[in-house]
Amino acid sequence: MIARLRQSIQRFLAFFRAPAYDHDLETEMATHIELAIEENLRRGLSSAEARRQALVQFGGPQQSREQHREARSFSLLDEILQDLRYTLRTLRKDRSFTIIALMILALGIGANTAVFSVVNTLLLRPLPFPDSHQLVWIAPPPSSCGLSCATYSADAYEGFRDQSFAYQGVTGYEAFSTPDNLRLTGRGEPVPATGIDVISNFFQVLGVQPAKGRLFTADEGRGGPHPVALLSDAYWRRQFNADPAIVGKGIELSGTLVTVVGVLPPSFDFGAVFSPGAKVDLFTPLSLDQQRNWGNIVTLIGRLKPGVTTAQALGDAERVAPNLYFNTKYPQTLGRYKGALIPVPLKDYVTGKLHNSLIALWCAVGAILLIAGVNLSNLLLARAAARGKEFALRGALGANRGRLIRQLLLESLLLSGAGAALGLVLALGLILWLAHQGSLALPLLSSLRVDTQALAWTALIAFVTAIIFGLLPGLRTAAGNLVEVLKDSGPGAGLGRKHERLRSTLVISEVALACMLLVSAGLLLRSFLKVLDVDLGFEPDRAASIKVEYDDSAPTGEGSQTKRGVIFQEILERVGAVPGVEAAGMADYLPLGPNRSWDTPVPQGKTFDPGQVPEPLVYIVTPGFFRAMGIRLHGRDFAWSDGPRSERVVVINESAARAYWPGEDAVNKILMRGNEQDRVIAVVEDVHEEHVESGAGSQVYYPVTQQGPNGAQLVVRSRMQPSALAGSILRTLRELNAKQPAAEFRPIRMLVDRAVSPRRFFMLLVAAFAGLGLLLAALGIYGVISYAVARQTREFGIRMVLGATPALVQRIVLANTLKLAGIGIAVGAVASGVCAQIITSLLFHTAPSDPPTFLAVILLLVSVAVIAGYFPALRATRIQPATSLRCD
Amino acid sequence: MSEAKLDLLQGTLDLMVLQTLAAIGPLHGYGIARRIEQVSGDAVLLNQGTIYASLVRLQQKGWISGEWGTSDNNRKAKFYCITRTGRKQLSADAAYWQRLTSVMGRVLALGTGAHQK
Repeated sequence: MIARLRQSIQRFLAFFRAPAYDHDLETEMATHIELAIEENLRRGLSSAEARRQALVQFGGPQQSREQHREARSFSLLDEILQDLRYTLRTLRKDRSFTIIALMILALGIGANTAVFSVVNTLLLRPLPFPDSHQLVWIAPPPSSCGLSCATYSADAYEGFRDQSFAYQGVTGYEAFSTPDNLRLTGRGEPVPATGIDVISNFFQVLGVQPAKGRLFTADEGRGGPHPVALLSDAYWRRQFNADPAIVGKGIELSGTLVTVVGVLPPSFDFGAVFSPGAKVDLFTPLSLDQQRNWGNIVTLIGRLKPGVTTAQALGDAERVAPNLYFNTKYPQTLGRYKGALIPVPLKDYVTGKLHNSLIALWCAVGAILLIAGVNLSNLLLARAAARGKEFALRGALGANRGRLIRQLLLESLLLSGAGAALGLVLALGLILWLAHQGSLALPLLSSLRVDTQALAWTALIAFVTAIIFGLLPGLRTAAGNLVEVLKDSGPGAGLGRKHERLRSTLVISEVALACMLLVSAGLLLRSFLKVLDVDLGFEPDRAASIKVEYDDSAPTGEGSQTKRGVIFQEILERVGAVPGVEAAGMADYLPLGPNRSWDTPVPQGKTFDPGQVPEPLVYIVTPGFFRAMGIRLHGRDFAWSDGPRSERVVVINESAARAYWPGEDAVNKILMRGNEQDRVIAVVEDVHEEHVESGAGSQVYYPVTQQGPNGAQLVVRSRMQPSALAGSILRTLRELNAKQPAAEFRPIRMLVDRAVSPRRFFMLLVAAFAGLGLLLAALGIYGVISYAVARQTREFGIRMVLGATPALVQRIVLANTLKLAGIGIAVGAVASGVCAQIITSLLFHTAPSDPPTFLAVILLLVSVAVIAGYFPALRATRIQPATSLRCD
Repeated sequence: MSEAKLDLLQGTLDLMVLQTLAAIGPLHGYGIARRIEQVSGDAVLLNQGTIYASLVRLQQKGWISGEWGTSDNNRKAKFYCITRTGRKQLSADAAYWQRLTSVMGRVLALGTGAHQK
């Protein structure tokens, strides 16, 4: 047994040491002959006879070489090497075929690798935290009152944390921070920064270890005297030049000295997981005590104890929920969270919404691979038809069928291997580009990369493609009857016809697949256009926003409202005077971003059943905001005269008006907030506050001079491009307040673009794949028709001699083309119908059977088919009868 | 020549080579071939060239080892000698061969001239 094993290893190694073995054998053989000759000479033979006899005794030297080779090594390896050399030679010879096949494969495989990487990152791979399956996101079912109804109060958090049994730890972060909510000062010009308050055990629960320094301590979460912060890796590198001694240093944030206690690892990207498309620069500990009276402010994230299931956690939460207070100071708030604590795996929360889109994308790219494979088959068949005689001849000379098939397989493996390598380069480029699309609101994008799993996937699809699509023509060719092929002198009979039928079937399936892709892409495109057409309730073009810093140091209450009114009025007057500015206004929150709600106002004199009262989103705005945003208004706008001492006023949206006073005009009615009476002075359009695609709920607006805003976003509407105004507006703000940081001037259109970016992303990808599919299908049609024309050269020649006009010949060829395309389109249209039903959930205001889409796709395919068939048809009309009859 | 016969011959030749090396000690290819011819009284029609396939096979199995040296007439030649595992293999194969021949002898002794074709 050992001897057998040893021999196998030696034989395998011998394959690589062939030259050394051969050299040894030659030396031994030469010595052998010499020795034999000498012995024969000693026996008294003449030198010529001695040599002759020696050679006779030895036998054929070539034969012994072959025996030697066979004994010492695996002949299979030798043969494969031979085949490989042969294949490379033929591929090099047939350069245009090789280039086209490689391009097709590279595109097909590259697209698949890239999409697999995306799917793997977003769907298959666990989140980038240790034991991430234990992490759950705890939130109420979706509702219309936005983020405020998806968050919990400080008291609720503590109650839940202390009473639940299911968790190793419960944490959360403050959900209402806006981009650029801080400014880094004390280093020259103030620079905006984005910070998030997290509950002090946030990183411990997620399992994130600091790259430098330490995490927060529980004490620091109680609002200790020394403010601390943790920096994100990107911010540390960008803002502090990766200062190795940053830990322990103080930085000035919005005027407060804060000590940096640590730097987070590069692998932790808060935005990528919790807030796609956003970047977070630093983290500060959230003081629950300071936030206790501020209502719902934190999200809940829990780490389950080992072995606890989500269902068990839900049971636990249902037990705890009735014992939770919104605010322990008010006993009547007990039980507010009943049915509002639903743990779901964090992974589902992060990527669950994308599941359908990603699966659709995966299918689309799979269809591309199918089309590419079918195209490859087609090309190989065309080649095989041309090489039929070569194979027949080799067969006749003794090559067996297995060897011929093996060689064809090797050829397709080689092609798909090289194609995969090229495709991998494409995919790497695409993935690198995608990973840096910060403005794309997709989660986990920054952790996108082509990893070993993606490499394995690439290898697998390359191999399967080669086997399936290479074997088919291989079997066809090798199965050819020897005599038939050799007899088949012109390209007009026998195998040729069989090939053509197979190729036609392949082209039909290509057209059908392309049709499915195009219909899907068309439906998604229609949906996307419909989304862009949605009346958002505001006018996103020609408006831009910038976060404004102002002196907020006045005492609370009336004093601060008056002071703020004066500051805001001055800002708006100065900004309004900047040339080009049409309107300017401020609000604390902008649509399609974070939002919040307060209280539940009720119309004067009406009662609602509990649970029936709308919980409106609240915006605190200045006069002029509605005009600057382009929100249409019925009634009067806020005025600066609506001060702390004048009548309380409110503006509500149409949804709120309908909910409060159905069928009546809400203007001049009174809305009660506790004991406070707010007069409705206007009704405004519904604004899409969270998603472009979902409707709006109730919204109310209060003036800055009567309520306290949470920061200020200046919105400017202008006749010119907003970017042209950026410099002068920032200069104006600086003149008013030297602390104003160089915050980004964001076009309002960007908010919309970001909100629709996932849809745009998927639509563009599917459209790109559909385009690719169309191109490949056109190539397929062109190839088959060209081949058919070449095969029918003689037939057309005879027809023309008998009086057929070139126009008739052209018609025949085009009719053939249209027949193929027509069958493909018919099959494809039916399949598309099924396909469209599957992607219904991805469509927006578009029926899966949308007639314009189907019609457009059919027209497109027919015209592409006509173009693809036109060139061969043209060639057919140029056939010279005399030449064609002479050929062969 | 069918494959079954070739196998038998191959095995036979390998056994002859092993036995020759065991009996005489280190020898080069030509020497082994000549010795087998002599011992068999030229009854074996050996294509001397086939000896090298046998030698490389035995070497890969680890039953013989080869070393470059100089022949009587000052030529570069590879000298083979039997290894310890080779000797074990030889005794096993020889015993097997002897049993087979004795059985074959007895079986063939049953036969008559009718079977001699």
